[in-house]
Amino acid sequence: MIKLRINGEERIIEPGMTVADYLQSLHLHSRMVVIEHNFEIIPRDSYGDTVLKEGDNLEIVQMMAGG
Amino acid sequence: MTVSEKREQSVSEDLLKIGPYTFRSRLMLGTGKFRNVEEMTAAHEASGCEIITVALRRIDLDAPRRSILDEIDWSKYHILPNTAGARTAEEAIRTARLARAMGLSDMIKVEVIPDPKYLLPDPVGTLEACKVLVSEGFVVLPYINADPVLAIMLQEIGTATVMPLASPIGSGQGMKTFDAIRIIVEQAKVPVVVDAGLGVPSDAAKAMEIGADACLINTAIARAENPALMAEAMKLAVIAGRKAALAGRMPILPYASASSPLEGVVR
Repeated sequence: MIKLRINGEERIIEPGMTVADYLQSLHLHSRMVVIEHNFEIIPRDSYGDTVLKEGDNLEIVQMMAGG
Repeated sequence: MTVSEKREQSVSEDLLKIGPYTFRSRLMLGTGKFRNVEEMTAAHEASGCEIITVALRRIDLDAPRRSILDEIDWSKYHILPNTAGARTAEEAIRTARLARAMGLSDMIKVEVIPDPKYLLPDPVGTLEACKVLVSEGFVVLPYINADPVLAIMLQEIGTATVMPLASPIGSGQGMKTFDAIRIIVEQAKVPVVVDAGLGVPSDAAKAMEIGADACLINTAIARAENPALMAEAMKLAVIAGRKAALAGRMPILPYASASSPLEGVVR
């Protein structure tokens, strides 16, 4: 297992998971989110190629109601 | 041109231009604080708005859930994401980039707000964030206190609008900054969107009558007992105020001036 930070929290996941795999584990559609991987926004078509590594920092955001 | 043609022309050609975009409606709505999705959708429809605002937030990893926004028909509205929650220019810039990467809009309502009690925006941080975002090609709509000098600085660096507050966000106190907004309007070369604090339709009408180009309203509608009815009332107020501004008001006189002839009175 590997340790990384996701949305500011420490998380433990299986090694070898891609960003797309992780989204799927949360039942999230990639169309609805934007992701920063190690503080860089990554394009949606690269979610399947981006393998998560020990110590990575991931931000997953979505649109919410607001004024 | 006849009187009625002149009236038709001034109304039909009266479009709101924000950056490269053109709108007929001069009322923008938020999506926050609605009690449920039905009330929100009905309010949006009743308001005739073409622009609606949204925020950007981290997903709750333990309970990723559908948002109220999943029910919105995005083909009907132009989306205006905000940077709400940002306390510094850096945070606002980061949020703006994430919002654009969502792929729905290149407009951004810049909010840099360090103080949670009055939610007043930081002018220095806002200017800094706007400089960067304008250079990155965003259509920038900065939320500001009603400061005429700051409004000029922002339009000079290329923001698409200025959005002065009427009174603190969500307070419903109305046009507390009336005199300052009048100066902003007088000097503006970009649309002036009065945002925050409008409570009732007469507040919106007042803003429009003194020449504001649009109003952004959230809480006054979302927290009305009947949001859709209030949305319609706000729509009519914005239209009324706009028409009054185009029509040009009568001068204010210190004394009475009789409307009926003073000659030939039966005594």
